Amino acid sequence: MAPDPMLSFSLTRHWPGFSLEAEADIPLTGVTAVFGPSGGGKSTLLRALAGLEGGVQGRIAFAGQQWLGAPRGPVAPHRRGVGYVFQDARLFDHLTVEGNLFYAARRSGAGRGDLWVGTLAALDLAPLLDRRPGSLSGGERQRVAIGRALLTRPRLLLMDEPLSALDRRRKAAILPHLQEVAAQFKIPTLYVSHALDEVVQLADQVLVLDRGRVQALGPVADVLDGPEFQAIGGRFEAGVLVEAVVTGHDEAVRLTRLTLAGQALSMPMLGGLAPGAQVRLRIRARDVALATARPVGISIRNILAGTVETLETEPDTAFAEVVIDLGGARLRARITREAAQDLGLMPGSEVFALVKSVAFDRRGIAPPEG
Amino acid sequence: MPEIDFGPIRLTMLLAGTTTVLLMLVATPLAWWLAGTRARIKPLIEAITALPLVLPPTVLGFYLLVIMSPTAPLGRLWVQTTGEALTFSFSGLVIASMLYSMPFAVQPLQAAFEAIGKRPMEAAATLGASPLDAFFTVAVPLAARGFLTAAVLSFAHTVGEFGVVLMVGGNIPGRTQVISIAIYEHVETLDYAQAHWLSAGLLIFSFAVLAMVYAVNGKRPGHGT
Repeated sequence: MAPDPMLSFSLTRHWPGFSLEAEADIPLTGVTAVFGPSGGGKSTLLRALAGLEGGVQGRIAFAGQQWLGAPRGPVAPHRRGVGYVFQDARLFDHLTVEGNLFYAARRSGAGRGDLWVGTLAALDLAPLLDRRPGSLSGGERQRVAIGRALLTRPRLLLMDEPLSALDRRRKAAILPHLQEVAAQFKIPTLYVSHALDEVVQLADQVLVLDRGRVQALGPVADVLDGPEFQAIGGRFEAGVLVEAVVTGHDEAVRLTRLTLAGQALSMPMLGGLAPGAQVRLRIRARDVALATARPVGISIRNILAGTVETLETEPDTAFAEVVIDLGGARLRARITREAAQDLGLMPGSEVFALVKSVAFDRRGIAPPEG
Repeated sequence: MPEIDFGPIRLTMLLAGTTTVLLMLVATPLAWWLAGTRARIKPLIEAITALPLVLPPTVLGFYLLVIMSPTAPLGRLWVQTTGEALTFSFSGLVIASMLYSMPFAVQPLQAAFEAIGKRPMEAAATLGASPLDAFFTVAVPLAARGFLTAAVLSFAHTVGEFGVVLMVGGNIPGRTQVISIAIYEHVETLDYAQAHWLSAGLLIFSFAVLAMVYAVNGKRPGHGT
């Protein structure tokens, strides 16, 4: 069996005061999130891979094909087979939605065949076909832009923060479409984001880019718990990924019940999950509060019993980070140092973790066991 | 009512039409280059293009006359290849008009291309369009108003020129006698009735053209066809 195709690059691009010096070998499977703070070079990396950025030195090889660094000179952007979703959609204002989609479909040979039909269905584009880009909402524009990129029949899909211009509600409405696209079309994708919830929900792997350098690359769970990520994401984004099992759905109150390390957990209902399905959840330290006794008369439903494993105060801040052992799983909680003192927390203390919100990672689903 | 001589009107329309078509072919690539380049000579090229706006037509006409003269290299070459002198000919008038109206074609096109920017062109490239494909399917349609403005202004400006035509073409009825020169001659010969007809016609034509250009450009982008 031949080795998995890879996207290999070693790139430099210099400006006064900033330079991108990125090097990585990314397996061409699934979604790779390119994560890092703003100004870290994420968009420049994507533009360089697509051939849109001038002044880039180095080499890019896509599945053995030399895009940059070959003696013949760089491969032109329109010959790379790259689909690109820009942050600002960049639909053509002189064409209708259908015209925009067909612009890509005609050039890729997709025409109005199966891919056309499948793309319209996956992104729910049929009702928009006759509209002008100027009359679309931000979320609709991005759906069209994603569809247009898919219709180029790309070998590599590059998405540059496609959701960053959307408000929370629109974002929530389009994320399932993105998951659908990833699952259905199986195109290797680089997805730039600085929103961790998007990364957790969409990505299989993460590439952490900061100050123009690749800081880490690997499976989501490994990277997010690694020290490189902690340095980038900061304590504010710190958290844990845990495995939970779906036990059932409560239609009446629209909640899904799960168990985590033998304890009950509820969250807003997730469609399409049979009881017994394993899911990956991300729980941020700042979303966890602690109590020394099980609180009553409180709106928070997810209260998990555990013991304090470690307690670490953050120098020069008001905060402390507490790691709680739930008996099989771990949580992190970020609380104030004063609270830790008043509650008399120390390793071994019995505590109740109050979880305010849980981010759910659809890609962590495993089929029910047995 | 005096009998109108349609010769100058026909000649003027032919000159303006020919000039406009050829000028668009020359000005489009030049404007595209100016809109996208960061070359150091860009301001020099822009200045040369804009010169006809500030020079007296007699200066441009004088140098063109010198260059086109059958004794000068270019003029001699023209005579050798076509058997006809450039000076005091229709071809000479077309070349002179193209240079004289150049800024009216280049500047609206350059502004339109600059307004489009690189973004739609980058998007087109990622959708599999070659640069030439993207130019015709994205840049040209998006710059449609710029093209209309450039064409209309070039046409109208050529209709309205006088000095350059007089210097290069003289006043030969049927060959180089355009409307503005015919008016001049009517006034010289005190034939005010003819001068009135042609002048009023030109005034109304110019006003209509400018009103149309402003009306088209006044529409907000994104709400056109």
